[in-house]
Amino acid sequence: MSKQAITLTVNGVQRQALVEPNQTLTSLLRDELGLTGTKHGCGVGDCGCCTVILDGETVNSCLVLAMQAQGREITTIEGLAKGTELHPLQQAFVEAGAIQCGFCTPGMILSAKALLDHTPQPTRAEITKGLSGNLCRCTGYEKIVEAVQDAAGKMSEA
Amino acid sequence: MSGNFEVIGSRAARKDAPNKSTGKAQYIEDIKFPGELAGALLQSPHAHAKILNIDTSKAQALPGVVAVITARDVPAVKYGVSPARYDENLFAVDRVRYVGDEIAAVAAEDLTTAQKAVELIEVEYEPLPVLLSVDQATAEGAPWIHEEFPDNICAQVEQEFGDVEAAFADCDLVQEGSFFSKRQDGAFIEPNQCVALMGHDGVLTLHSSTQVPHYVQRTVAMVTGLNMSQVRVVKPYVGGGFGPKASATPIDLSASFLAMKTGRPVRMAYTREQVFLFSRARHGFIHKMKIGAKKDGTLMALDHQATLEGGAYSSFGIATVYYAGSLLGGPYKLPNMRYHGLRVFTNKPACGAQRGHGGVIARALFEQQLDIIAEKLGMDPIELRLKNMMETGDVTCNDLAMSSLGMRECIEAVKNGSGWDEKKGKLPPGKGIGMACGFFVSGAGYPIYRSETYHCTIMIKADEDGGGVTVYTASAEIGQGSDTAMAMIAAEAVGIPYEQVRIKSGDTDFGIDLGAYSSRTTLMTGHATKEAGDNLKAMILEVLAQELGIGQERLDIKNGLVKISGAPVDFTAIRTGYIKEHRGWQDQPQGDELTFREAARLAYLRRGTLVATGKYKPPVLGGKYKGAAVGTSPAYGCSAQVAEVSVDFETGQIKVERITDAHDCGQAVNLTSVEAQMQGSVSMGLGEALFEEVKFDAQGRILNASLGEYHIPTVMDMPETKCIVVESGEPNGPFGAKEVGEGAIMPTIPAILNAVRNATGLVLEETPLTPERVYLALKRHKGA
Repeated sequence: MSKQAITLTVNGVQRQALVEPNQTLTSLLRDELGLTGTKHGCGVGDCGCCTVILDGETVNSCLVLAMQAQGREITTIEGLAKGTELHPLQQAFVEAGAIQCGFCTPGMILSAKALLDHTPQPTRAEITKGLSGNLCRCTGYEKIVEAVQDAAGKMSEA
Repeated sequence: MSGNFEVIGSRAARKDAPNKSTGKAQYIEDIKFPGELAGALLQSPHAHAKILNIDTSKAQALPGVVAVITARDVPAVKYGVSPARYDENLFAVDRVRYVGDEIAAVAAEDLTTAQKAVELIEVEYEPLPVLLSVDQATAEGAPWIHEEFPDNICAQVEQEFGDVEAAFADCDLVQEGSFFSKRQDGAFIEPNQCVALMGHDGVLTLHSSTQVPHYVQRTVAMVTGLNMSQVRVVKPYVGGGFGPKASATPIDLSASFLAMKTGRPVRMAYTREQVFLFSRARHGFIHKMKIGAKKDGTLMALDHQATLEGGAYSSFGIATVYYAGSLLGGPYKLPNMRYHGLRVFTNKPACGAQRGHGGVIARALFEQQLDIIAEKLGMDPIELRLKNMMETGDVTCNDLAMSSLGMRECIEAVKNGSGWDEKKGKLPPGKGIGMACGFFVSGAGYPIYRSETYHCTIMIKADEDGGGVTVYTASAEIGQGSDTAMAMIAAEAVGIPYEQVRIKSGDTDFGIDLGAYSSRTTLMTGHATKEAGDNLKAMILEVLAQELGIGQERLDIKNGLVKISGAPVDFTAIRTGYIKEHRGWQDQPQGDELTFREAARLAYLRRGTLVATGKYKPPVLGGKYKGAAVGTSPAYGCSAQVAEVSVDFETGQIKVERITDAHDCGQAVNLTSVEAQMQGSVSMGLGEALFEEVKFDAQGRILNASLGEYHIPTVMDMPETKCIVVESGEPNGPFGAKEVGEGAIMPTIPAILNAVRNATGLVLEETPLTPERVYLALKRHKGA
């Protein structure tokens, strides 16, 4: 099978790409569209650092074929900040010290965003469930949970 | 200690965090070069075999393949970590020693072609007996994995401090125990990756996800035959290290050779499976201990044996086997200590250094035994520890000097913070509480190779416009926050706000830095940074003093403002000059104090670009005995933790519910980062205690080489963690600071073990504490 043309919406912008039938969404975003904020950690859906939001739900983009993105809407980490102004979740991660090596951070923030989109005032248990698919080896998660709580508070005030 | 600081001790946001939060921060895989080739490795499918023949002709002939290299194509230079154990060849010469041992590398136009070419390389193997355990490797008649290491002994240590036998004869209680742990994987989230470029100027540039740019530069130079100034190693952002990224990898070296051969950039990356195969992570340890005490609880003697299952090569192993003994010298007064350490080669991936290098399981058994001693003597475990703990100024029997040690403060903090007195002995069945302590080096006292080299050098340049300074350091930001810590130290030393400091790091062109290992950066690179900052400030003030016609001792810079003591001084000429030079600008200096900006601009106008340097190497440390170099450090951090657990008697499932953690870091440079290191340490220790085990089949193949099957803690596994930062003020540290990155992991495993024992009565002698293992132990215990 040869390359196929697809059209998708990424961070609110319609994009077109020619993709291989076996190409992953991670590869489409990183290699074709230059959105390298989506990290490539394990390629088999274990670590969660390639997490993006697809039609409102988080997915491991390494487990989605690029062709499956045809006609769909994707949010990547590059789609959160407005210009130089960080998204409240990004700001909260920075302020809480929730970022160390940063390799899990884009996926972690997108999982948090999807959680807050569905559940604006989550309990601690809802936060840990919402982030349970994203591995982090640096932080022990405590400051990540705090950051999500802080962001939820600030976003509800806004 | 809370010094009078402007920047140090604050919770300043990390320099790298905003870019990491938006995806702008670049890791190796995000940086592409024109004309890149993709590299791939051929690795052995056999754990132990002779290589009879290698035929690369089919691979060479595959369209798209640019180069294939084997041992025949590279110099026969052995390398490794410690020069005393250079036992690795980049490619197997005549034998493979573990599943994953490197045989050849290919560079091709794309990765698929490179991988296809690897499959086309034909290797004829003659299988040899496979030795997977210490018992197999040390059995009578076992083949030698390395001809130069008889009986598969990689390293052996015999040490005695004091007179252990005489001390035991005087003891009222002698307690014996043993412990057996499994190999852990580093499980950093970014797999190792690198890109090598060979320029026409004869300089090889290697971009690598490493913790140690300097050691990688040195190894690449040594193995390729280039000199050091022809090898530049650049470390972009790195997705975690924890020890296993603290040496040059076969992909660093292969990509370098392939770039030299092809003249094109060559990228090589480990898959997650290859990360497990390369390993260099925590050893499996077998410890046996005999501890003697007086009936009042005074510890008198320790007789300790450790055996390390090391895998196929030495890696950091000599240091590991020494650390496994030396790190029991404290934090308790122990006048007599004997250590017999042994590291054994097996046909498994080589183990190396991982957070808490060598000391973690020794600490686990020792602290578990202390709890049993306390119980036998009718003492509270905390009382026993308070009775024996060291204090500032104490020196261990193996000559480690505790120049600051807030052990008492840590113990009391976790006792009070956890509600110990209300809980100990009063919990319902299935609930338990336990505590443990530990200590760790603030940087290895000696480099890995024998040298009088400085351990780090720093350049700080004042921006020519006076707006701030830029720190140039070869140190390695790997997520721990060293860029932020160095920027804070520079800001404090120069006397300017943190926001006015930029930092460029991780490039061997910036100087010498031994890298991010042995919890060394804050103290060592911090010293050099402080020295450079002090020097830069003095350079600026010297010019200013001349200009103002006053003594330099009257001048200081604080928070971006020049402080002039004594009689008022007229600086109108300097201000007017600055304002005229910046006509039309919107941020002219104002107020009744001269600013750093005006002073630094003036200094540039008078002297040209101002660059100050700093350097650090520790003073001569420690004892004269063999192995004294491992464990000596300019300072030691210490910590205490209380763990609270619940144990399900039906399933053997353990849940760690709460950790109360106190760590003495001397002086927090960044309070948030100190807590973050403590929390990260708890998570890695909890993983090792409860789940983590690299498993092998009978042929030496890893059974769980993925993050799905090798379970590291998720957010749902983490207990509520309360962090208490203790600051004892370290005289040998910059602004009083010392380590936190590794010492903080020391108490976690034993605190959990002691809490489980408190809940169940079980003395568990094997980690991880899987439900199966705990259930079976409970069943045996019930039957007994």
